[in-house]
Amino acid sequence: MAYSDKVVDHYENPRNVGTLDKSDPNVGTGLVGAPACGDVMRLQLRISDEGIIQDAKFKTFGCGSAIASSSLVTEWVKGKTVDEATTITNKEIAKELSLPPVKIHCSVLAEDAIKAAVADFKKKRAERQGVLATATTT
Amino acid sequence: MSLPIYMDNHATTALDPRVLEAMLPYLREDFGNAASRNHAFGWRAEAAVEQARAQVAALIGAQANELVFTSGATESDNLALKGVAEFYRSKGDHIITLKTEHKAILDSGKRLERMRQERLEELKLLRLMELTGGEVKPEDADALSAQYKLDQDPVLQRWAAVVRAGARVTYLDVEKDGRVDLGKLADAMTDRTILVSVMLANNEIGTVQPLAEIGKLCRSRGVLFHTDAVQGVGKVPFDVESMKVDLASITAHKLYGPKGIGALYVRRKPRVRIAPIIDGGGHERGMRSGTLNVAGIVGFGKAAEIARTEMAAESARILALRERLRAKLTSELDMCTVNGSLEHRLPGNLNISFAYVEGEALMMAIKDVAVSSGSACTSASLEPSYVLRALGVEEDMAHSSIRFGLGRFNTESQVDAVARLVVEKVKKLREMSPLYEMASEGVDIKSIAWTAH
Repeated sequence: MAYSDKVVDHYENPRNVGTLDKSDPNVGTGLVGAPACGDVMRLQLRISDEGIIQDAKFKTFGCGSAIASSSLVTEWVKGKTVDEATTITNKEIAKELSLPPVKIHCSVLAEDAIKAAVADFKKKRAERQGVLATATTT
Repeated sequence: MSLPIYMDNHATTALDPRVLEAMLPYLREDFGNAASRNHAFGWRAEAAVEQARAQVAALIGAQANELVFTSGATESDNLALKGVAEFYRSKGDHIITLKTEHKAILDSGKRLERMRQERLEELKLLRLMELTGGEVKPEDADALSAQYKLDQDPVLQRWAAVVRAGARVTYLDVEKDGRVDLGKLADAMTDRTILVSVMLANNEIGTVQPLAEIGKLCRSRGVLFHTDAVQGVGKVPFDVESMKVDLASITAHKLYGPKGIGALYVRRKPRVRIAPIIDGGGHERGMRSGTLNVAGIVGFGKAAEIARTEMAAESARILALRERLRAKLTSELDMCTVNGSLEHRLPGNLNISFAYVEGEALMMAIKDVAVSSGSACTSASLEPSYVLRALGVEEDMAHSSIRFGLGRFNTESQVDAVARLVVEKVKKLREMSPLYEMASEGVDIKSIAWTAH
């Protein structure tokens, strides 16, 4: 099984590895996959109040294709709006990295990670607005 | 140092130059068919085959006429299980083996089970036709079986008792260290048991089984004993007499010999019989037809002779290399676990799980070193190693395992280079691992509600 040049490049020089403060109200964290399946991805997005993704960091437990898929999406989502980011599909990721069929699940996981991170951010924001709303009425 | 470094000697081994040298004449001028009885070409080939047969026999403590040459260990395993099941079917139909055996054993067992099951299904249909007095479609069999209470039908039970196709197979669990519990093996034996098949040494974790004790037990119960000795022969002591082995599968390419040639040892005293699975010209005393692979057999013989004379010194040297590698890895990395028994283990085997690092990713990181992994990502099935799972190793740790297989041509400087590289890359991958970060922060990984995919 040979890896594509792009997978090797992202694997050997992963972009945006790291951790953002998950207690920051502007940071959404998505943790997807399962250790038993051999893949866990954590994607963190710092999103401005205007809904623009300003920063993205990942950490991944998984094979080279899983690491490359997460590294790639951190590059793709930066500067996008939340709504634009959630339109990224696993097919685009798989195509960009030339993933073989047996590795398609890695790209699915990366798509799920974006959606999970955005959902976490939206949940936090709703809670915050809820708190603010309660504060103004009293 | 020249790259890549080969440390996957359980998969296959390099051909020893001395073996190649011995083979060459039989690929050139001495090309005769060992079965040609009437000319010098055939005589020379036959003499070479018989010399090699004696060399291989000497390695395992057998007589030359107890060896049947095959295409390799997979064929030998198939021949042992299917050949015994067919030949001894009037005596019994039960085989016992282990969950950690090679697929050649497990899948031969599954085929035998399927053969028996298909015969039983046929009888069920016949009985239903008799009871209903008409045609019965296979898809209606289950409903009709319930209606006619076939599970309590005395006629069908009498018919089933004479079924002589295939076999019933028990796949025994192993202990945490990978070894079989002799008490559990004895308990699994019934008056229908004809064969026990337990490997000498495991191909993934290198665990060496207590063959002498198993042989003694089988002999006392009148059950034949087969061993897949492929990984252990020439590396740890193996003797068919003292271990009371009745059948043994071996292959040349794990012994620095060529691929495509193996053998099945079949005991003569007391005589063990097998039905052939390949029919034809009656070669190998009718047990395995097909023109003999003369050059391969000569290479097998030479490889066996080298193994016999050099095993003691070589195994000590390889064990020292293995321990050097293990010491370096376990002293410089936390959270790594050696899988399988350290005491009862092949000298060249180190199977180790680096927690929170996925095996294939690590193999990619050390791409100039040839090793194997129990990770699902290295197999087409997407299932992690069934051998590690049988030991009770958690799935995530099975995904994190790497198998190092040291052999004749590995050196101390290679071991040092590999250890340095693995330590560096495991640390790098752990820096990228969310699980390692969580574990370092004291989060219990098992407490998280993961979504399996």
